[in-house]
This record gives sequence, C-alpha cells and structure tokens, in this order.
Amino acid sequence: MVWESSLPGSKASKSILYIPKNLKADKDDLILVYGKGSLNAVSGVDGEVLWKKDFSGESIEVSHIIQSSDVIYVTGFVDSSKISVYGLNAKNGELLENNHAALPFGTFGELLSVSGDMFVVLDEMRSKIVIVHLRNGEISYNQKHISDLTKDLAGQAVILPSRLPGMFALNINSYVLLIKVTNQGELVLVDKVNNGAAVSDSLSISEDEHAFAFVHYGDNKIHLSVKNVNDWNHDLLKESIVIDHQKGKIDKIFVNNYVRTDRSHGFRALMVMEDHSLLLVQQGEIVWSREDGLASVVDVTTSELPVQKEGVSVAKVEQNLFEWLKGHMLKLKGTLMIASPDDLAAIQALRLRSSEKSKMTRDHNGFRKLLIVLTRAGKVFALHTGDGRVVWSILLPSLHKSEACENPVGLHIYQWQVPHHHALDENPSVLVVGQCGPSLSTPAVLSFIDAYTGMELKSLSPAHTAAQVIPLPHTDSTEQRLHLIIDDKQHAYLYPRTPEAIDILKHEFSNVYWYSVDADNGVIRGHALKSNCIQEAVDEYCFDFRDLWSVVFPSESEKIIATMTRKSNEVVHTQAKVMTDYDVMYKYISKNLLFVANAAPKAAGEIGTVIPEEAWLVIYILDTVTGRILHRMTHHGCQGPVHAVFSENWVVYHYFNLRAHRYEMSVVEIYDQSRADNKDVWRFVLGKHNLTSPVSSYSRPEVIAKSQSYFFTHSVKAIEVTSTAKGITSKQLLIGTIGDQVLALDKRFLDPRRTVNPSQAEKEDGIIPLTDSLPIIPQSYITHALKVEGLRGIVTVPAKLESTSLVFAYGVDLFFTQIAPSRTYDSLTEDFSYALLLLTIVALVAAIFVTWVLSERKDLQDKWR
Amino acid sequence: MSSLRFFILSLTLSLCFAFQSDELLLDDDEFGLEGGNQQPPRSDPHFPSPSTPAPRKRFTESSSSDSKIQFSLHHAFGDSDFSDAGNFSARLKTWSHGGQTLTKLRFSRNPLTEEEQKKFQELLQTDDFYRIRLPSNVLSPPGRDYIISSVKARCLPGEGLEEHFVIHTEGVNILAVNYGAPGACPYPRQLKRPARWSFKSHTILKNSEQAPRTPIFAEDVLGGEEGEGELVKPVERSFWAKYWMYLIPLGLIVMNAITQAMNMAEEQVGGQGGAPGQQQPGSAGQRGSNAGVRRR
Repeated sequence: MVWESSLPGSKASKSILYIPKNLKADKDDLILVYGKGSLNAVSGVDGEVLWKKDFSGESIEVSHIIQSSDVIYVTGFVDSSKISVYGLNAKNGELLENNHAALPFGTFGELLSVSGDMFVVLDEMRSKIVIVHLRNGEISYNQKHISDLTKDLAGQAVILPSRLPGMFALNINSYVLLIKVTNQGELVLVDKVNNGAAVSDSLSISEDEHAFAFVHYGDNKIHLSVKNVNDWNHDLLKESIVIDHQKGKIDKIFVNNYVRTDRSHGFRALMVMEDHSLLLVQQGEIVWSREDGLASVVDVTTSELPVQKEGVSVAKVEQNLFEWLKGHMLKLKGTLMIASPDDLAAIQALRLRSSEKSKMTRDHNGFRKLLIVLTRAGKVFALHTGDGRVVWSILLPSLHKSEACENPVGLHIYQWQVPHHHALDENPSVLVVGQCGPSLSTPAVLSFIDAYTGMELKSLSPAHTAAQVIPLPHTDSTEQRLHLIIDDKQHAYLYPRTPEAIDILKHEFSNVYWYSVDADNGVIRGHALKSNCIQEAVDEYCFDFRDLWSVVFPSESEKIIATMTRKSNEVVHTQAKVMTDYDVMYKYISKNLLFVANAAPKAAGEIGTVIPEEAWLVIYILDTVTGRILHRMTHHGCQGPVHAVFSENWVVYHYFNLRAHRYEMSVVEIYDQSRADNKDVWRFVLGKHNLTSPVSSYSRPEVIAKSQSYFFTHSVKAIEVTSTAKGITSKQLLIGTIGDQVLALDKRFLDPRRTVNPSQAEKEDGIIPLTDSLPIIPQSYITHALKVEGLRGIVTVPAKLESTSLVFAYGVDLFFTQIAPSRTYDSLTEDFSYALLLLTIVALVAAIFVTWVLSERKDLQDKWR
Repeated sequence: MSSLRFFILSLTLSLCFAFQSDELLLDDDEFGLEGGNQQPPRSDPHFPSPSTPAPRKRFTESSSSDSKIQFSLHHAFGDSDFSDAGNFSARLKTWSHGGQTLTKLRFSRNPLTEEEQKKFQELLQTDDFYRIRLPSNVLSPPGRDYIISSVKARCLPGEGLEEHFVIHTEGVNILAVNYGAPGACPYPRQLKRPARWSFKSHTILKNSEQAPRTPIFAEDVLGGEEGEGELVKPVERSFWAKYWMYLIPLGLIVMNAITQAMNMAEEQVGGQGGAPGQQQPGSAGQRGSNAGVRRR
C-alpha cells in the first residue's frame, strides 16, 4: 500500500470517487472524492488532501463530478427540480461560478451521464426524457416524450443505470429501449428488445471501440449479446444459456474481454442473479456459479431429516450396477496406488457421499439435520449439516416483486409442522413470514414450504400486516403449530385458519398473553386476547386484544437498547439446585420472563462519546404476564451495546464499563423463595409440599436475585447458549467475538456464587475461585483457526444425544459444528479401543472355560478319591 | 372525629418530618397500611384532576427541599373506562444535587360504591381483569402515559379485598406498578366472594438497586492460571477412571486364578492327608472353602 487517507465530514451522503484517466503513482494527479457532504481533492502521490469544498451547507445532492482542464464542475439536484452546477478551480478549490436552472417539473430517479457533459433524467410523470447539457458550466436542457420515440409503449419508464458512451437504456414494461443521444442532444431509438433484462456498462476493447452486453429472455433461455456501441447491426457475441429457474431474473451483468486463440475478441460475462448468486458465463456455458445469497442469512430454523424407510437401500443410493462397479474400480485403483489425481478426487467425493454423516436420513444421535435458512433475497435454502451442501433451494414466488407487493422482504422463518406421530408419511413444513416493503405498515406475506422437497405448499398474502408473530405452544391434530400474527391495528390473526385451530384457541383463550416493546417511546405493554374482531367483514380468525399492563420508562433518563427472552423450546432438567451445604435452592423458571436493558439516552451512542457520570445502564427482569418487575438494577458508568442471553433462571449480558475502560459481563440468577420451605423430607413423605401445585403468575412472586459482574476482554457480536435435548448437560456460553470467532465459555465462570476462597466442599461442587475477569482459553474457540467472516448470529439446536449440542454460526461465512459442553459422557469417544475391549472379553470367556474345565477335572479327581 | 384524626396525622407527619434531615435514602421502602373505609385526608374527591398538576405544599415550616404531593389511582372493571379509586400521597424530597425522590408513601382508597361492587361481582363471575392505572409522572400527571396493571379479579378476595402495590419509581417518574394479591393466587382460580367490600392495601415504593461492583484484584491473582487448571483437570483422570474396564475383568481373572490356585493347593494338602481324612467328620470344617468337598 502506498498511502491511505481518511476523510472526515459532517453529514451522511452518497460517495463518489472520481479518478482521472491514466492515473499514475508518480504523477501529481488529483483524485476527487465526494463524501459526507464535502468534495475533497486528494493528491495521487501521497494521499494528502490538497483542498476541500464543503457542500453540507447547500441543499444540493451531488450526483456527478466533471473535470475539464482546470475547472471541476460539480452537479446535482436541489429538491429534484432544480439543477445546480458549481465550477471549482482545480488548483485550489476556489468557487469560480455557480449556475442554477429550474426545471418546470420534478424529476424521477438519478441523473445519468451519457457523455462527458450530457445527462439524462426522467420527469416525475415518467413520460418524458430530459436531456441536460452542461457546457462550460452553462446549463441547458431539452425534453422529449417517450411516446415520440416509440408509439406502442405505455407504462412506467425507468432509466437503467448502465454507463454507455452516447447511449442509455430505458426500461418500459418488459421492453428495454436502447436510445442514442446525438451530439446535438437529439434522441434516436436504436433498438427495442422484448423481455430485456440487464445491460452492462460499456467496455473499451480498442482505441475507439466500445462494447457492451445485454441479456434478454426467450424460450426458457437467456440470450446474451455483446455489441459494439457504434456498429449496431453486428453482434460481437451471441450466446444462449439455460439457467436454473430458482435463480430468478438477472439483476446485473458485467462484461470482461479476453483475446481468443484466433486473436479475435472474446467476452465473458458475470451475472448477478435475483437470488444474489453469481454466474460466470463464457462460450455459452456457466463456468462457475456461487450461491452468494447465503452470505445474507436473515433467519434460520432446523428440520429433522426423513426417517430411514425399509425399502431404501444402499443400492438405490449407488444408482446402478455400473456406477457401483465403477466406484469399486476406482477404490481398487486407489488401493493399488495407480490412481491419477482426478481419480483420487473422485474417490474422495465418493467416500464423502457415502459417508455416514452426509446421509439423507435421520440418525440415531440426531446429529444430521437440515438447516433451513432464509436469505435477504427471499430465497430459502436447506443445508445438510453433514457436509453443508444445499439440499434444495427455492426462490419464493410469493416474495416476488409484483403490482401488489413492490419490495417484498423475508423476515422470519418458523417451524410450521413437525410431524412426530406421522413422521413416516408426512413431511415437516416451515412458515416464512415476509412483508411488502421495509416499513411495518405494509401487508404481510406468508409462505408454507415443505422441508424435504422444498416445494411451496401454499402461500397467503393477507391484507393485514405482521408486526409480530407468536408461535403458540399448541398444535392441532395434524401437528401444525398455532400461530398468532399481530398487525399494527390492534388485531391478532390466528393461523392455520381451520375450525379446529379456533376450538383449540377458544379452550386456551384466557391463557394467551404476549408483550410488545416500543423502543422508540420506551414503553413495554402486555396484551391478552379479548374477543372476535368488530369490523364490517366477519372474520372468526381475527381477534381484538387489550392492554393488560404497561411499563413506561422515563424518556429523559432511560432508553431501551436490548431485550431478550428465553427460547420457547428450551428444556430445563430440574428446578432444584443443590448447594454445597446440602441446602436446596429452587430456580425461578418461568417462560414469561423478559430481560430489558436501558441505557441513558446520552450514552446510547458509541463508546467514548460520554463521560462515565453521564452513562448508566439499568437492567430489568419483567414477568410478561403481569408486567411485574422482578429485578431491577443499575450499573453506573456503563453503556451499551448490550448483548444478552437468557436461559433457565439466569441471564448473562455484555456491556462496556466506562470507569474501568473494559467490557464486562454480568450474570443475574433468580431463585424462587416460595418453594424454599420444601426441604424437610417429612413434608414430602406426608405430601405437605407445594411442588406439584401449578404456578400462577398472579401470585406474588417471592424471588431473590443473585448477581455478579466480571471483566471480559473482547467486544461481542452475538451471545448464545448451548441447548441440549433434556437440559441435563451443563451449559456453555457461545460468544461471537469481534474477531469473527466463536468462543465457548463455561457457564460456571459466570456463577454468582463464586467466592475468593471456595471451601473444599464448594470446590468439589465445581465452584471456581473468584477472579475479576473471565478467562479466554485459546483452545476453547470452537471455530478453531477458522473465521466466520462478518459473524451476525449463532443458533444452537439440541441433538438427540443429551451431551451434544449443534451450533450454527452465520455471517458472510457459514459455520457448523457440534459441541459437547461436558464431553460426550453418554457415548464412547472415537479413540476408544474396541479391539482391546473385544480382546478382554475373549480372554475372559477363555478364562472361564479354562477354569471350568479345571474345576470339572478336580471334581472328577475328588470323586475318584 | 375525622378532623381530630387529621390533626394527629399531620402532627405525626410533621414530627416525623422534623427528623427527616438525617434520614437515609434507604427509607424509600415504606409500608402504608390503611383500611379502605377510611376517608382520604382531603375531602375533595376529585383531587387531583389532571388540570391541577402542581404539587401541593402542605407544610409551611418545612425546608424548601421537601414537598408533599398527591396522585390518584384509577381503576377499571374489565374493559370499562377508568374512574377514580383512591389517592396516593407521598413526600417529594429534593436533593442538593438536583435529584428528586419520593418517600413516605401513603395510600387511601375510596370505598367501593354500590355500582362498583356490582361490577366487581361481575368480574368475579367471569374471571375477568380488574385494572388499575397510575400516572407515569407524579408532578405532571399523567406524564407521558399511564402505567397500567391488571389482575384477575378472583385473586383479590380474601377476608375483604386484599391488594398489594409495589411502585417502581425513578425520581418523580413511576416506571411500573406490580399489582396483585399480597399472597398466592393458585390456578385454577376459585370463585370466592369477599366478606367485606373494603380494600386492605399494602404499598411499597421501590427504587433501583446498585449493581454489585466487579471485583478487582491485584494483577497476580488474575485468572490466567485458572483457565489452564481448568484444562489440565480432565487429563488428570485417575488410573482407575481410565482403565476400569480393563481392570475389572483382570481382577476377575486374577481372583478366579487365585481361587483355582488355592483349590489346587488344598488339593495337594487334601491329597496328602486325603484318604483317611475323608472319614473324619471334623475335616469338613477345615476345608470350608472347598466347594468340591461340600458338594459331596
């Protein structure tokens, strides 16, 4: 690296980098950078900022920078109807001139540069093309109706953002118009392509030749053409490719040239698909493709694999006899060491495919699962946990752009149906919840997908929104889980929409509670169902609800920055916790607990912006049925970001301590005192205990909270806790560190009972002597030497084997592993010597036999005596 | 009578107040225990209406740092509108550093009217919610919003009607109120009618606690070795723990062999004195361990 320089600025704006043609390192050329509201001229030699012009005071939205010999023109729109041009001296940034031109109409979209000083833009009705001419800082414009160019097209036009010399592309309906702009500013329609998809930027192939690529669809194929900008009738390249439908349309295309063996120009095209995958196309073939959509995982759920059926044998997996023979030949070659590298690779692939862990059936230990991930592009992938391969993928048709739904986004993925009773003949399914657009007031989209085949079973586009989705702890007779979808108009909608579901809900009607967090206003509210909706159209699946409780945090001193609840499917093995003095504490285990972390409003920003006296962190543990505050605690001189994890009766959270200049992690454990009397054995014998009585949130809770804080070296991106099938295995915290690794930290380190000098009994109980900081043991990184680039979240899933928990970490990279926090105590380790065990048994049997023979012989001797 | 009581009350309060200066902040948690039938100290039942938000000073002799304020409790039956239910009175303490805290909370409830009793009966029948609300700011009620809390009406009846408030405050703001029965409310809730239509109220004011400080040790006690110790531990499994599966069969073999060897040895001993010994009845006792002999 020669130099690096950072440019400060005051306001956020789009950034433009203008590099003069043929920039050389030793030549003192200006590099113009517009960003954060100001234009910076940076020296190409050492990166020094030579001058700076601040535009943050003006209301201009800078869109282009043009450099003529010693004047730099900066142009952009003011309020979409006024074009403004600033002429600056290239030497010192001095303002030379400032011209404005007000258009009699507003504009739509961005200004597109056609040639050096010519720009096009659409008017706000999207029916006229405005050609803007900047000659030496003078603005002139003329306009042309699209209907003058082509008669038969009507609709909303969009200028495609492809940079072509003297040309631009316009998209109307499904047509792409290629329009040439003459030097006089006249528009000439060059071509009209039906089903056009994307147009690349131009690429200069020789001194005055520019090529560009465009694609259009036709007869289930994609046609790629590369043309010369000036010579329209001649195709440089024409290819057609078949692309998987699940990749959707082509979003963008980039073209690159090379010299063929016959010295002619060859082109290869990189296509960005609608599902964010990349394809490289050359000579009419897909050379490689990457599922880059997997880099933007939004939500994850898991599904069991199919149960192994009787009829499915290995022969079916091995396809046919020939394949089988070929496989064995390869293996034979491998053993005889006469295999070529290709053969070796094939053998490796074969081994991997037939290996135990990548089978498509359920295994005894529950290690094999399907990870079903929803990506930002609206594509759902099923990944096999054995080798990470994509089992199926579907670009959801319901999350497709349409008239009714302009910018659909997938939000969450839920387990919809998990068959246990009919596991052999019914497939599990998942529910994808999305909405049409980024705001909460756009209607919801629901899609149901078969988890084995990846088929969309059905999709719904209800009129209501989906502000909150609540999976209820009830399933109907087909094991579909009941879900309540809360909209933004105080209605709750029940899914599935079956009479049976209504019956189940009616039965539990008064026991359904939920809460909502309004972080902007600092209010948390609790809700319960009231009655069917009162509206014109009768909908028996729609319910009104009422507010049961509210907690209003004072806006001048607290701002909600994090909330966390327990996982709804978490299993707790035992409520009792035996202390070292053979005393019993009862964990306060309620599914309805909510952890809330509030920071001082001043300290809600970045670390270092406030002094410790102005920063504090208040944490709450709320009961979400009654709104009771069970625990409330203030950390002075601390600030967020807060990452928290809630499990069983404890919550662990991570924050920054400004006084100690270090990150800290705190633990709060809640114990139930109302059950504390149940210690006497006689009470149990006589049945005078209250352990079997149902717990009600309406009883006044008698809880005590124990807490302790520890320093922690790293800043954290995500925290999760291991989860196991029965909850017996001790827990580990999984911490996604700033270095994009996952660190496993034993929960015992975050025990509020740790003391400086634990007694012998306490030591035996596993209590670690108190230290002020949490140890980071290099060996306990479960990602080992790997990095999960851009780590965003960690998901843990219990395996069937109690000791093991499956961990999936996602970011730009995906990482999956299985961990055993207390080691695999319920299965033999891999290095267990079966041979020795067998030998011992054989020796034992032999010894028994020998001794038996000896004893018989002695008996006989005795008898003969 | 009422005026006399009022006088005594104010006297005790003012007395109490005279000692206020060196009172600790810890005093915040205070139990107010008053019967619902008791008349509120103020005769004006509409107090405080939202239009008169200013705190009322009642003690002219008090220092400027203290003032007495009142705020009202509203209640609703099921989905009905909220109506006045009672008054809280508290002392607002202004600290030299500018902070304000509420102390000395007292509560007086209006008696339930005939109509309200009827509504409450209905709630009991349908197992519906009895809802209360408080202003989120005691100086300018209702503040940003009301604090709402609800309880199933069937939880409240005991002797009379029993209720328990825990009011979480932050300065002059009320964050939340934990409202419910003072004891348990077991599920399923039984229908029980109160003997008396009067509320027995318990109130507690709660402020935020300080989080325990992170322990800070000298450098030499840092947790470095701790972790290593943690790792070494599993390696130090005892010999027995590691090889029990081999040791047990080995032990069996050894024992078997020993038994065998002893048998052989006795065989020899028996063989030497064998022939005559067979008739001796006492010899069986000597060879107690010999199974072969006993079998005979």
